Amino acid sequence: MKNSYLKKMSVDRFGIWKNKKPVLSHLDLELTERCNNDCIHCYINLPADDSQAKKRELSGERIKGILAQAADLGCLSVRFTGGEPLLKEEFEDIYVFSRKQGLRVNLFTNATLLSPSLVRLFTKIPPLEKIEVTLYGMSRPAYESVTRNPGSFDAAQKGIQLLLDNKIPVEVKSVYLPQNRKEVKRFEKWAASVTGAEREPAVTLLLDLRCRRDSETMNERIRKLRISPEEALEFLTRNGKAYREENREFLSRFAKIPGDILFPCQPGVDSGCVDAYGRYQLCMQLRHPDTVYDLNDRSLQEAVLDFSPKVRSMKAVNPEYLTRCARCFLYGFCEQCPAESWMEHGTLDTPVEYFCRITHLQAKWLGLLRDSEMTWEVEDWKERVERFTQNEE
Amino acid sequence: MDNLEKKYAPSGDVVVREIEGELVIVPLVSGIGDIEDELLTLNETGKDVWTRLDGSKTLNTIIQELSGEYDAPAGEIQKDVLGLVTELVKRKMLVEKK
Repeated sequence: MKNSYLKKMSVDRFGIWKNKKPVLSHLDLELTERCNNDCIHCYINLPADDSQAKKRELSGERIKGILAQAADLGCLSVRFTGGEPLLKEEFEDIYVFSRKQGLRVNLFTNATLLSPSLVRLFTKIPPLEKIEVTLYGMSRPAYESVTRNPGSFDAAQKGIQLLLDNKIPVEVKSVYLPQNRKEVKRFEKWAASVTGAEREPAVTLLLDLRCRRDSETMNERIRKLRISPEEALEFLTRNGKAYREENREFLSRFAKIPGDILFPCQPGVDSGCVDAYGRYQLCMQLRHPDTVYDLNDRSLQEAVLDFSPKVRSMKAVNPEYLTRCARCFLYGFCEQCPAESWMEHGTLDTPVEYFCRITHLQAKWLGLLRDSEMTWEVEDWKERVERFTQNEE
Repeated sequence: MDNLEKKYAPSGDVVVREIEGELVIVPLVSGIGDIEDELLTLNETGKDVWTRLDGSKTLNTIIQELSGEYDAPAGEIQKDVLGLVTELVKRKMLVEKK
């Protein structure tokens, strides 16, 4: 008999399972679309007191039923998100249930509703994954001009401090908006000092439109808040050498022509998302009616094993997409995907000009494209990518 | 005291799950080795030992059973079983059943 019976499974950014994966490794669960903030850029938020939305939400018992199904399918981690998940009255009950199912819990929160009693619970029964807090600015004016919720800056600071004082692992993130862009460097410095993060904190740069396509007024506002492609390039390449290195590694793996396959990405393979009303989706943004599955009288197993593969086998039919995205060797590098097409256009296969422009600017900066070229016209892309990935400059 | 006459069972402070043939030990409360970047699993032999640690059998009984099953000297098995039990008790994943 061998000496060592126990072995450690390493958990990294790319998931726990390396070779043999269970049917479902990870589940995203939106506990509510409601939020106590009213962020100007949000892709999903509904008012906290939206009683119609609240009535339609899954009950705590239904959520626990889905979590138990997920655990039966081998799921080891769940992410609670929203809206603001801590608005859910049954949150503590759902959280403890998840942990007793043997699930690791990742929480996305604005931290404004973190109470001392909840933090005591996290101390006693730790989530095992970092609590991820989005901070919308480093000063009250910047922060609250984004959240439009007076008092939210102080509440968020208090919540974050409670987590830090109790040594609960936290990751802080931000969003790049006109209201806070002057504070980004300050945010990055603070994030590194407070949480000891080994990599730069995530700052969302490219805003999504409304994922329910529920308001053209809100979409117009989000479009106006969007960073220009030129500014996006400037931000992305501000650490030029690091940016180049990061993309060498990425492109060596992901530069390829996708063809008419709509889902060359991973969502729905061994992961999925359930929205606040019990509908399964391959990812949090993708809500096209042909790609959601109602779990209210069907099982999560059917969703993952039967429905998800059917969605993933869908092909693009739009001639414009087939001319451009389907022939683009930088598809994996671009934000274009069925979810983005859905949010922008209500379809699954329409090129999103905003992302296309940003990708082309980046490609030119990296030396992968000449000035007048479009990615889908490049025939020697493999040679170009090889030269780029092997160049040590 | 003769350790081999003791009985052990999983503590309530962990959740043990079988996933794709792996026995994965997930900490429930703090202080169980809840390093967020690691999970512990048991290999096949560790699983055989673990499934017998249900509070009903002494370590001696478990060692005798495994000795017959693995056709290995009881002394060798005893060393391994005690090693595993000691490690699991230290990590608060196993508790003595009195």
